[in-house]
Amino acid sequence: MTETIKIPATSTKSDERIKKVNFLTSLMRRPELGAVAGLIMVVVFFFFTADTSMFSLSGMMTILAPASQLGILAIAASMLMIGGEFDLSIGSMVAFAGLIFGGLLVNFGQPLWIAILFTLLFAAVLGAVNGQIVIRTRLPSFIVTLAFLFILRGLTLVGLKWATGGSTQLRGIGEAVGDTSIASLFSGLAFQGFFAWLAENDLIEKFDNGVPKVAGVPVSVVWFIGLAGVATWVLLRTRVGNWIFAVGGDANAARNSGVPVDRVKTGLFALTACAAALVAIITVLDAGSTDARRGFQKEFEAIIAAVIGGSLLTGGYGSAIGAFFGAIIFGLVSIGLTYTKFDSDWFQVFLGTMLLLAVLFNNFIRRKVTGER
Amino acid sequence: MADMKSHSTPPIIEARDIVKHYGSVIALSGISMKVLQGEVLCLLGDNGAGKSTLIKTLSGVVKPSGGELLVAGKPVVFSSPRDALDAGIATVYQDLAMIPLMSVTRNFFMGREPRKGFPPFRYIDFKHCDAVTREEMHKIGIDVRDPNQAVGTLSGGERQCVAIARAVYFGAKVLILDEPTSALGVAQTSMVLKYINHVQQKGLGVIFITHNVRHAFAVGNRFTILNRGKTLGTYAKSEISIDELQNMMAGGKELQALSNELGGTI
Repeated sequence: MTETIKIPATSTKSDERIKKVNFLTSLMRRPELGAVAGLIMVVVFFFFTADTSMFSLSGMMTILAPASQLGILAIAASMLMIGGEFDLSIGSMVAFAGLIFGGLLVNFGQPLWIAILFTLLFAAVLGAVNGQIVIRTRLPSFIVTLAFLFILRGLTLVGLKWATGGSTQLRGIGEAVGDTSIASLFSGLAFQGFFAWLAENDLIEKFDNGVPKVAGVPVSVVWFIGLAGVATWVLLRTRVGNWIFAVGGDANAARNSGVPVDRVKTGLFALTACAAALVAIITVLDAGSTDARRGFQKEFEAIIAAVIGGSLLTGGYGSAIGAFFGAIIFGLVSIGLTYTKFDSDWFQVFLGTMLLLAVLFNNFIRRKVTGER
Repeated sequence: MADMKSHSTPPIIEARDIVKHYGSVIALSGISMKVLQGEVLCLLGDNGAGKSTLIKTLSGVVKPSGGELLVAGKPVVFSSPRDALDAGIATVYQDLAMIPLMSVTRNFFMGREPRKGFPPFRYIDFKHCDAVTREEMHKIGIDVRDPNQAVGTLSGGERQCVAIARAVYFGAKVLILDEPTSALGVAQTSMVLKYINHVQQKGLGVIFITHNVRHAFAVGNRFTILNRGKTLGTYAKSEISIDELQNMMAGGKELQALSNELGGTI
C-alpha cells in the first residue's frame, strides 16, 4: 500500500525537477526579472531600516496610491517603448487633459460622463497627432514629443488663466460633479463593503467604533492592477501584442511581413495619451481642482519605471508587468524613505542609481537573449 | 510532365516593361521577366543594376511608374506588401526578414497570427503555433530545442531558412530571395542553396537575386542579367557558361581585360 503511493510520488518528483529547469530558463528570458529582483531588494532594505508600520495595511495603501498613478502611465509608456517610440509629453498631457476635463465640468457645465468621454477622446486624438508627426516626418519621437512637452504645458497655463480669469488653479470641480455613480469609478475607495466586513470579523485593524482603519482600496490601484493585467495579456497573447513587439524590434521587417506598422504606432501614441488623461481624471476628481503643475516630470518617472521594468530604450523588448513592478518600486522608495531615519531627499540619488543599474542589466540580458557578443 | 505543365499554364509571375522613376532618376527602364512553376530564375546584376528596385516592385513595397505585373496571367496592382503576400508572392530580405529579439514562433507567425476565441477577446493559439514551428523547423533540419528561444540565437543561414520555411508554410507560390547567401559562410550557404532546391522541387517558383554567379549556377534554371535598369537577356542553363554569365553581369570587356591582367577569373 505504502509502496504504490511512493512510486508515483517519486515520478512526480523527477517531473518537477525537469519543470524547474524549464521554469528557470523561461524565467531568465522574462524581461521583468530585473524589476522583480529590484523589488525584492528594496523590500528587504526597508524591512531592516524602516518602521514596521510601513508594512501594515495602511502603510501599503499609502505607498500604492502614488505608485498606481505613476504605474498607469508607466504601463502605457512601456508598451510604447516596446513599440520603439517614446512619449515625453505624457506629463504635460496629464495637465492639459486635467484642464480640458475641469473646463468641461466647471466652465461648460457638462455632465461628468460627457467630460470623461470627451477628455479621453481628445487625448487620443492628440496622441495620434503626435504619432502621425513622428511617422510622417521620420523624426525621432524624442524630439517631436519634447516639443509637445512644452506646447501642452504652455497651453495648460494659458488655458487655465483663460478659464479662471487669471489663476493657474481651477477649483470647484467637486461641486460641478455633484453626486453621480460614475464618479465612484474614478475617485475614492473601492471594496469598502469588503473592508468593513473584514473589520467586523477582526481580520484587519479597526478603530474602537468598529470602522476599519483602512476603509478600502484607492480606485486608482484597481485601475492600475486591471490595466497591468490587460496590457500583459495583450502583449503576450494577442496579435496586436505580437505586432507591438515586431514594430519595435524592426519596423522594416515587420512591414515586409505584412504588419500595419504605422497603425500600430499611432495606436500606441493614442493609448499613452489616454493613460495620461485617465490619470488626470482620477487625480483631478480626487483633488477637486486642477492646476498647471499637474503631472510635472511624470514623463521621466514613467519612462524610468518602464526601464526598471525591463523595457529596452531601443524597442522590441520589455513587459507591462515589469513596468507594474517598476512603479511599485518607485512608490516604495519615495514613500518608504519617510518611514526610515534617512533623509527623504536620498530618493533622487536612489532613482538615478536604480535607472543606471536597470539599463546595464537590460543590456546584459538582451545580449544573452539574442546571442550577440 | 513538368515540361507539359509549364507550357500549358501561364507563368506564375510575369513583369512586362516595368519602369520606375525616382524623381529624375530612372531606376528601371523597361524590365521584362517571368517565372514558371517549379523554376529558379536567377536575377544577376552588379550594384546599381536595379535589382532591389525590381524586388520592391514585385513585392508591393513600391509602385512601378509604368509597365504591367501579371500573376498567373492576370494583371495585378499591389499597393502594399500585404497585397503581394496575399497574391502568393513572398519576399525574404537579406537582413530584414527576422526580428532577433522575438522568439522563433513569434517571428514565424508575424503578420499572420492564427487566432482563437471571439472579439474582443481573440488571442493567439500559441500551443498550436509552437507545435507548427517545431515541426516546420524539423522538416528543414534545424533543431530548435525551444521554439520560444529568440531568433537572435540562430545562425545567419538558419535565419534565412526559417524565413523561407515561413513563406512556404503560408502558401507562397513565388519566393523572392534577396541575396540570401551574401552574408553567409560556406557551410551555411550550402544549407540555404540546398533548401532553395528543395523548395523548387515542391513546385514553387523562386526568384533568386544574387551577384555571386557560382551560387546562381548551383541552383538556377534560367538567368536574367540586369544592367543599368535594363535586361541584358535571359538564358537557360544549357545556353550559357559561368564565365559568360560573369562577364555579362559586370558589363563585359573591361572585366575581361582586368581578368587577363590579373591572370585569372574574378
